[in-house]
Amino acid sequence: MTQRIVNWFKFSSPQTFYPLAGKMVPWFAAAAAILAAIGLYIGFFVAPTDFQQGEAYRIIFVHVPASWMSMFIYLVMAAWAGVGLALNSRLSGMMASALAPTGAMFAFLSLWTGALWGRPTWGTYWVWDARLTSELVLFFLYLGFMALQAAIDDPRRADKAGAVLALVGVVNIPIIYFSVKWWNTLHQGASVSLTRAPTMATIMFTGMLVMVLAFWMYSIAVSLARVRAIILERERHTAWAQALGAAAV
Amino acid sequence: MSWGSAAAFFAMGGYAPFVWGSFAVAALCMLIEPLVVRARRRRAAAELKRAGVAARGVGHEAAA
Repeated sequence: MTQRIVNWFKFSSPQTFYPLAGKMVPWFAAAAAILAAIGLYIGFFVAPTDFQQGEAYRIIFVHVPASWMSMFIYLVMAAWAGVGLALNSRLSGMMASALAPTGAMFAFLSLWTGALWGRPTWGTYWVWDARLTSELVLFFLYLGFMALQAAIDDPRRADKAGAVLALVGVVNIPIIYFSVKWWNTLHQGASVSLTRAPTMATIMFTGMLVMVLAFWMYSIAVSLARVRAIILERERHTAWAQALGAAAV
Repeated sequence: MSWGSAAAFFAMGGYAPFVWGSFAVAALCMLIEPLVVRARRRRAAAELKRAGVAARGVGHEAAA
């Protein structure tokens, strides 16, 4: 009789996770590329012109995915940080550190594409309204997390300090998400909600969703690739990592 | 959506700087980031190779 129980804790060791992550990266990268190609095709060639915003609305196909990922990555990062704090597992802290730069990049892209969308539709690149300001705070939270970790030499202590910052910052995520409901903002309300049908044409919605999936796959691929680099950096004193280095990875 | 011509496509109904400015910067970021990550891992691997050569025979113990 064979035991069919997978020991998931085995994968929480950096040594076993390193090659596993290496195997997963190309698949997620390929999925990201294919989904992005489909999403861009729908966004630029299938989706019709918006009757109010003309072609400017097409920014939605990059703005919404970037914004969603900036928030979602933060939640995942904080979750890993919390697991690391609670269980003191090394890989958790590495995962949190690996997610932060990608999250920061998406927060920046959300602000950048939002500014370029705001100019033709609202007449301004920037306004201190609740949605935009809380997204800017999210960007600074990512930067703060990375700066804090970079400032502490001992990686385990850096993980702990970063984790506390990440967990406190989680309060900002519902603020971003509900800002358009709680305050009277210039930013439009949610086009997509769990409780009612999307307030946009089906094909536009489909294109946006495909782009969200593409960004999602991209985020997984690039974070796994980065966690591999972090594993090598932090495990450089171990025999297995040095053997890997000797074999010229 | 059928664009009349390539020029009409690139003009984006007069919103070209905004639409292409958004997509170009996003594409640039998402092309550069993987390259930066790859360079980082290669640097770490090269570092390990040097450390491994230096430590050969010393008997470092795995901290796993």
